[in-house]
Amino acid sequence: MRKLLDVGLPMVALTLLVVGGYWGLFVAPTEREMGEVYRIIYVHVPAAWVAMIAFTVTMIASVTYLFNGRWGADILAEASAEVGVFFSVLVLFTGSVWGKPTWGVYWTWDPRLTTAAIMTFSFAGYLALRHFVDVPEKRATWAAVTAVIIYVDIPLVWFSVKWWNTLHQVQSSPQTVSSEMVMPLRISAFAFLFAYLFFTRLRHQIGRQRLDIELGELPPAGMRGV
Amino acid sequence: MSSVSNREGQIASVSLRDSRPGILKTAWGIFKKDLLLEWRGRARINATIFFAVLTLLLFSFAMGPSHKLLVQTAPGFLWLAVFLSSIMSLSESMRLETENDALEGLRLLPVWPLSVFLGKAAVNSLFLIALSLVLVPVGMAIYGVELRLGVEILLLIFVLGCLGISAPGTLYSAITVQARARDVLLPLLLFPIIIPVLLAAVKATSLVIQGDPMVQLYGWMMLLFGFTAVYWVVCSLLFHRVVED
Repeated sequence: MRKLLDVGLPMVALTLLVVGGYWGLFVAPTEREMGEVYRIIYVHVPAAWVAMIAFTVTMIASVTYLFNGRWGADILAEASAEVGVFFSVLVLFTGSVWGKPTWGVYWTWDPRLTTAAIMTFSFAGYLALRHFVDVPEKRATWAAVTAVIIYVDIPLVWFSVKWWNTLHQVQSSPQTVSSEMVMPLRISAFAFLFAYLFFTRLRHQIGRQRLDIELGELPPAGMRGV
Repeated sequence: MSSVSNREGQIASVSLRDSRPGILKTAWGIFKKDLLLEWRGRARINATIFFAVLTLLLFSFAMGPSHKLLVQTAPGFLWLAVFLSSIMSLSESMRLETENDALEGLRLLPVWPLSVFLGKAAVNSLFLIALSLVLVPVGMAIYGVELRLGVEILLLIFVLGCLGISAPGTLYSAITVQARARDVLLPLLLFPIIIPVLLAAVKATSLVIQGDPMVQLYGWMMLLFGFTAVYWVVCSLLFHRVVED
């Protein structure tokens, strides 16, 4: 099963990424108003979804750790947060690239954009905290507390920025997006989801081994389990 | 046999309950202790006030002497000065406890961690409010700002804002003071979280300065209040995980 996941996850992710990318770039029709530049949604939107999933997994794993104190939950929280920060930086980058030709600016103070940026910085702080604490038990507990605080903040940030300034695409749904554009978007979304699972799983394995070394419980090479 | 163990259990729980004084009473004790410590030294409040006023001056040097521009940007600068100085005072409030293992001693006492949080957060709030009481008149003077609405509303905004900074600030400073690189970590963790406070407080302050024809002030005050209430509750619930071993 482990071997299957080791090989299967990256294979599936890569295949879907290629298919979704090709479909999005060459098959899907050109958008009426934005032209070709809209095609960045096949990266931007799935990355945003996956980043949201990643941070939610971190939050759930953190709460789980606070209740049962299992190392697995802590390692998962860290792995997912790291992958989440990667994807949310990707979201901010692709958003800016798209924003320049569409809105005329790289950056606007729109609620979703700004909330995404603040969330990215918050979780970057979370990862920094993890690096600066050496005792594994303390690191796990403090990081979990921090993750909960950050997650509570997200709706507050969203509302405050929304009142403060507003300008963003009205959220699209499959009904408002042309059916020819929905399919490649779905494929890309699954591609990113599998990429997330692959990265997080890999990061989880590394985290587990690091922790084993820290706790002095590393089994002999060759018997290292996940 | 079971009745004996029950009775012992009761006795044990009674004596445990007796050994821990009320949460608020202990919090009040910690509040007084910190205030006394600060009063004896007065180093923290002096340094913080000078630092805050200095940042106000730096902001105005960076913007140039244009009166109109300074009036427009005054609310933002005032709050940025409070934010930046809050880092100094928050980390100092917890650093006190690391000297001579004071935190360890506090942990060994039969004291609710919640009391420690409430006491510390109250002192930090009071401290920031006191700082604002100096900072606002100074800022208004050097930026040439006049108020359209009442000064009591401004006071309320600053009280709410300082309470909002203090709750997560106290919790995070309890974490960072025990970590490496604490001077970098505290702002890195705290600032992204309290951005809603900055937005709401700056907007509300500028409405007090420029007038509020659209009646937006109430909404911003409610946002400030909501943030403060949420974080006082959340941090109260989480604080014991941060200080316990």
